[in-house]
Amino acid sequence: MNGAMKSGMTNLAIRDRRAFVSGAFFLTVAVFFFAVALNYVPGTAARMGPGYFPRLLAIVLAAIGLLVMAGAMRPKAGIVRLRAWDLKGLLWVTGSVALFAFLLYPLGFVISLFVLIIVSSKASPEFAWKGALANAAVLIVLCVGVFVYGLGLRFPLWPTLFN
Amino acid sequence: MDLFHNLAIGFSTAFQFTNLVYAFVGCLLGTLIGVLPGLGPLATIAMLLPITYALTPEAAMIMLAGIYYGAQYGGSTTAIVVNLPGESSSVVTTIDGYQMAKQGRAGVALTTAALGSFFAGSVATLAVAALAQPLAATALLFGPTEFFSLMVLGLVVASVLSSGPFIEGIGMVVLGMLLSLIGTDINSGSQRFAFGIPQLFDGIDFVPLAMGIFGFAEIVKNLEPQGDISLVTQKIKNLFPTRDDFRRMTPAILRGTALGTILGVLPGGGAVLSSFASYTLEKKISKYPEQFGKGAIEGVAGPESANNAGAQTSFIPLLTLGIPSNVVMALMVGAMTIHNIQPGPQVMTKNPQLFWGLIVSMWVGNLMLVILNLPLVGLWVKLLSIPYRYLFPAIMVFCSIGVFSINNGTFEVYEAALFCVFGYMLMKLDLPAAPLLLGLVLGPAIEENFRRAMVLSRGDSTVFLTSPLSGGLLAAAVIAIVLITLPAIRSKREEALKE
Repeated sequence: MNGAMKSGMTNLAIRDRRAFVSGAFFLTVAVFFFAVALNYVPGTAARMGPGYFPRLLAIVLAAIGLLVMAGAMRPKAGIVRLRAWDLKGLLWVTGSVALFAFLLYPLGFVISLFVLIIVSSKASPEFAWKGALANAAVLIVLCVGVFVYGLGLRFPLWPTLFN
Repeated sequence: MDLFHNLAIGFSTAFQFTNLVYAFVGCLLGTLIGVLPGLGPLATIAMLLPITYALTPEAAMIMLAGIYYGAQYGGSTTAIVVNLPGESSSVVTTIDGYQMAKQGRAGVALTTAALGSFFAGSVATLAVAALAQPLAATALLFGPTEFFSLMVLGLVVASVLSSGPFIEGIGMVVLGMLLSLIGTDINSGSQRFAFGIPQLFDGIDFVPLAMGIFGFAEIVKNLEPQGDISLVTQKIKNLFPTRDDFRRMTPAILRGTALGTILGVLPGGGAVLSSFASYTLEKKISKYPEQFGKGAIEGVAGPESANNAGAQTSFIPLLTLGIPSNVVMALMVGAMTIHNIQPGPQVMTKNPQLFWGLIVSMWVGNLMLVILNLPLVGLWVKLLSIPYRYLFPAIMVFCSIGVFSINNGTFEVYEAALFCVFGYMLMKLDLPAAPLLLGLVLGPAIEENFRRAMVLSRGDSTVFLTSPLSGGLLAAAVIAIVLITLPAIRSKREEALKE
């Protein structure tokens, strides 16, 4: 989202890149919501339709976004750079959660928990198979005991194709 | 003696054996999870929410309140022992608490925090009990116009208190409100921003968003190499403050309690504001200001009392007006709705057992924390010596199960994964997440009241200014904005909110 914005404005002095991107983010979201809200009936101030309040909010957010962007270009603004992302860590953590959701119904609670624990452990720079496996064993026993038997949450325990 | 009669109802509910057990388990689990690094009360409550699904509404609320206090106390423990605030309301505790720990006085600091919290909690409980009824009565004077302005005031104050520039905090509030519009419009029944996805017809749930940001994204952040987390755990000996300690901490506890009780009631206020205000006050009036930052016991006693009092009295706006004043209270709204309780003035009349039982169990919870935590402090500290590489998968497991059990569906889990990326982006941009969550929770009520007010005024928007009560609330919001933009206060605030 910030790529297109930035390339168009490189000749202006963007001093605070963090604030600028934040403002651009607000503006982008606002434009998106406003565009979608155009499909909803606005009504009048006295009898508002479903489209009135969303448009109002989107305009406010767009204004805030522009203000924040302008603030980032003030001559007085401090020079701030964007911070780097730890993409690997983010991917392991997010991926393990998504995998858990994806595997839960076909493969059941035990196996999907195992995958969640091992894959998320990979996010740590200190990952070691032995520790991760032991951790998985302890956590799975604990969770099955507490959540399935203790609290009676309805999880399929094992792969459904065996039933 | 209405108050005593009501408190008697409360005591009879809270002291039922099963409810005592739930309060106890809540405090225990809350502390257990709250002690873990990077998990504040919000994530702790969200994570433990599924445990309460099967309980009666009374038991569930009592347990959640226990979890809340436990988590808060857990945060203070790590703040003192390892210089790691579990949440923003114990940030100031690290300043002098950790210094005391380094001087071998961790035990004394923990006892001070526990005693201060207990005293503050007791006073604040009485305040809640005494103020709830008259405040609920004023709530009846509120029409849609006043409710709208009150919520605006709350959101403005919450943005003022969040870290980073005020304008960005407000931006996050508005963003949260836009997200809250996703789903069915209650007035017309039409779908907005749902893009034909049936799971979105009910809107975006609070818990996956909170888990994504405060659970998962926080983990990604903690895993980044930073090098400054050195968990030096000392052995805790000697829990007992000396006579001199008592002499110095008592007035600080009294002042902190008073300050926290008052500030907690304010919309947007609560534990964070109270603890910062108390620390500033103690430092200002102390006879030994040079000791602050070097292990002054007042610097622990005051803020810890204040944040507990504030945490307690922030239930007042929720229980009387139905308006959550901070993010934790917003989550409480979610928890209450799950149990089919609509927060607001009617809770007191329709459900006196629940209402007064909850209030008394706040006090019971505080008592349990003293009895429970001082002897168990050693155990909590040991928990901190577990390497993070084993802790965080456990946190992820509990979060994922918690999110799944909202609806027994995987859609929310995917949502949480998505919000993890979103939350990580917010962190990298230094955009505060708390105002976003408040906006998300208050959004529907704000739209609803806005629309109704405009219908009543026949489309005349000046009604928000001409109605005296509403005008006063909006004026307060403007004053808050003006104050925050004054250069002198701005630099003070930046200093105070810097983590």
